[in-house]
Amino acid sequence: AASLQTHPGPYSGNLTPTPHEDVTHYNNFYEFGMGKADPAARSQDFHPLPLTLEITGLVRKPVRLDVEQLLRSAAMEERIYRMRCVEAWSMVIPWDGIPLASLLKDADPDPRATHVAFESVLRPSEMPGQSDGLSGIQWPYVEGLRLDEAMNPLTLLALGVYGETLPNQNGAPIRLVVPWKYGFKGIKSIQRIRLLDHEPPTTWNRLASDEYGFYANVNPQIDHPRWSQATERVIGAHSLFGATRQPTLMFNGYGEQVADLYRDMDLRKNF
Amino acid sequence: MPSDFVSALRAVKRHWRVILYPIGMIPAAWLVWQGQHGALGADPVNVFERSLGLWAFRFLLACLVLAPLKRFAGINLLRYRRLTGLLAFFYASLHVLAYIGLDHGFDWGVLWTDITRRPFIILGMSALVLLVPLALTSNAFSMRLMKRRWKVLHRLIYLAAVLAGIHFFLSFKTLNAVSAPYLAGLALLLLCRVLPEKRR
Repeated sequence: AASLQTHPGPYSGNLTPTPHEDVTHYNNFYEFGMGKADPAARSQDFHPLPLTLEITGLVRKPVRLDVEQLLRSAAMEERIYRMRCVEAWSMVIPWDGIPLASLLKDADPDPRATHVAFESVLRPSEMPGQSDGLSGIQWPYVEGLRLDEAMNPLTLLALGVYGETLPNQNGAPIRLVVPWKYGFKGIKSIQRIRLLDHEPPTTWNRLASDEYGFYANVNPQIDHPRWSQATERVIGAHSLFGATRQPTLMFNGYGEQVADLYRDMDLRKNF
Repeated sequence: MPSDFVSALRAVKRHWRVILYPIGMIPAAWLVWQGQHGALGADPVNVFERSLGLWAFRFLLACLVLAPLKRFAGINLLRYRRLTGLLAFFYASLHVLAYIGLDHGFDWGVLWTDITRRPFIILGMSALVLLVPLALTSNAFSMRLMKRRWKVLHRLIYLAAVLAGIHFFLSFKTLNAVSAPYLAGLALLLLCRVLPEKRR
């Protein structure tokens, strides 16, 4: 990983990052396998660059971005965010990236656009997990946000972590970070972004809609069918008898920034 | 000197089945050692808990494979059914203990909701509960006392295996290369059980 020119951004709060080793070796990235160690172990054949990121659909100025150029962007900033996985564990990750809103504004969204759809790279020859027929996952991985969620200043397109370009296992070269939502919303190795006038399908919702909703907002009051979401295992202790659990925060602690987005919604239905 | 060796060998042979119990517990000891020394990775509680569950399932399958092994391959290892069954119970108990104590820190509120509302947990817990009477009656005294009813009671292991199998399947987000072979193995063993016995 090469080092990045970055500067401290807002919203980082007073958080202590999870050790680099854990952030880069404990990953869910099913394109490279289903074990937590698989992404680091099985992603060496993936070539993240060159990559052209498209922003198309209901926009007035479709954008094609050379990600290599984006890596040198002066807009790059560090955001230290909580990361809460739907599996009830959490980390704190120092991302480096560009607010998604600034790129979407460049594309000039059409007033009819209500949602944003994201699509990952589809490259079975470099991503062994994409040839695994057992999981039933339809590739490429797809995710989506409402346009107002995408425009929220917290929403980040990350190009780096810990001040360096993203390792393959963390979603190189560019990935989404939506810190008030469960980790699976943070689609990795993004190739296409499309603006739509309807809610797009999302990978995990398609697979198990009772377990993974479109919104997937972190919410300690709404349990996963198989486990409680009230608390989370804190990654980083490494000792079996010294590991800790902590209470999960509503919207993962970002309620001040995002609660208004869901003011009139029944979060139990729209989980 | 050689006679000492021979007598030691004889002793091992005589107590072989008893020696196998501590050997079967080595994976548990190894997991605890790794856990204490930070060798279970970033989420040690989860790995510990899942590994114990997997070992319970392995011994359960090992217990179930002994009957078809005799029937279809003529290899008689039926004398290891108690050993494998008890080790399955041992690992299942540790698995649940890890879930209650290490994972949830004896948070009875959360545990109560888990045990009463979540099919995933209910299935696993039921499998363990079914193994309790089998473990308690796994001695010669109970066999003599219960006679034919002992056999009927111990068929519960098939039900426990089915419940544990579904619980195991549900412990992953999707079917995968880890769970699929075990589930295929279980399906095969159940199929062996229901195949009609040929009359000689």
